[in-house]
Amino acid sequence: MTASEFDDVWVVVPVFNEAPVLEAVLDGLTAVFPWVCVVDDASDDGSGGIARCFADRGVRLLTHPVNLGQGAALQTGFEYVLGDPSMARVVTFDADGQHVVDDAVRLARRLTAGFDVVLGSRFVARKASPMGWPKRSLLRLAVAYTRVSTRLKVSDTHNGLRALNRQAVGLMNLTQSGMAHATEILERIKQRGLRYTEEPVEIHYSAYSRAKGQPLLNAVNILVDLLVK
Amino acid sequence: MLIKIILIAAVLLLGAGMLRGQGKRRQALRRIGLVVFAVVAVTSILQPDYLTWVAQRINVGRGADLLLYALIVVFFSYIATRYRRDTRTQEMITAISRRVALNQAPPPRPPDTPGQATPDRPDTAGQATPARPDTAGQATPRQPNR
Repeated sequence: MTASEFDDVWVVVPVFNEAPVLEAVLDGLTAVFPWVCVVDDASDDGSGGIARCFADRGVRLLTHPVNLGQGAALQTGFEYVLGDPSMARVVTFDADGQHVVDDAVRLARRLTAGFDVVLGSRFVARKASPMGWPKRSLLRLAVAYTRVSTRLKVSDTHNGLRALNRQAVGLMNLTQSGMAHATEILERIKQRGLRYTEEPVEIHYSAYSRAKGQPLLNAVNILVDLLVK
Repeated sequence: MLIKIILIAAVLLLGAGMLRGQGKRRQALRRIGLVVFAVVAVTSILQPDYLTWVAQRINVGRGADLLLYALIVVFFSYIATRYRRDTRTQEMITAISRRVALNQAPPPRPPDTPGQATPDRPDTAGQATPARPDTAGQATPRQPNR
């Protein structure tokens, strides 16, 4: 049933040292999505081996020989799935277990209502998620900056859960290797006039993802990456 | 102050040079700069007083101060050049690594998976919305079946 509904969907999962949670994440994804592309960004904790164990459940593993950053991993995944002629939709999904598979399902379905890109958002009213005020205000600041620079009306610019149709994937061509790719995706949407919408998603801030997540100071790096090209 | 104007002009010029100008032209300018530097260096070794003389022309106290200022300007221009070159190198590494990853990967959808993939589906390549009957009502965020 679901296998046929999502047979045209590829889930792209950029992975860098996520061994403790990767198995659970892939378990959840492969239960719903027949095709998952894991891009291992040169992990040294055995994440690649875990992904390889899922080969018979539709998980394809790509391995960067050196660590390049999440943006580069996403772009590698995009180029790979574009090689599948029957791919029509792509869902990007973080490997640290902060996303919910049901949300990915909803985003993928929402695409078929005539959107090129569906962006997951933590700030669309429906689902609030607990996060500290420094992180919240920093993300708000990023949103404000993006709204000014791209003039897109988005409420969450740095959410790893997104759905794109084939056309949008082909147009992405991400060059920002690090975390600035989140803004770059939005710039592409603007440049190419892609039809986009937001969809509320839940984020699980586990102790793991908190420890693993973006340190606040990294925002400085992202800003410089965007300003100095 | 004359020195302030000169230094600011130098910084701005170097900055502009970093941004514009490609390949041969910049290489030529860099080589001219190198020759000028060599001449100035040799002259100031043979005739140390001359630097002080130049410094005083432009309202700097000593030749050593002038040398320091010049060094700072050159150092920053070096950083800027380095940064640009690093960025280009990084782009190349990314391209190569991506190619390696793609070349080593298995094909996305092997033809011998009849259980999962329907081999002869209508071509959905480049199509915005794959034709499917279940799109009604998807615009509202509701909880779908699991």
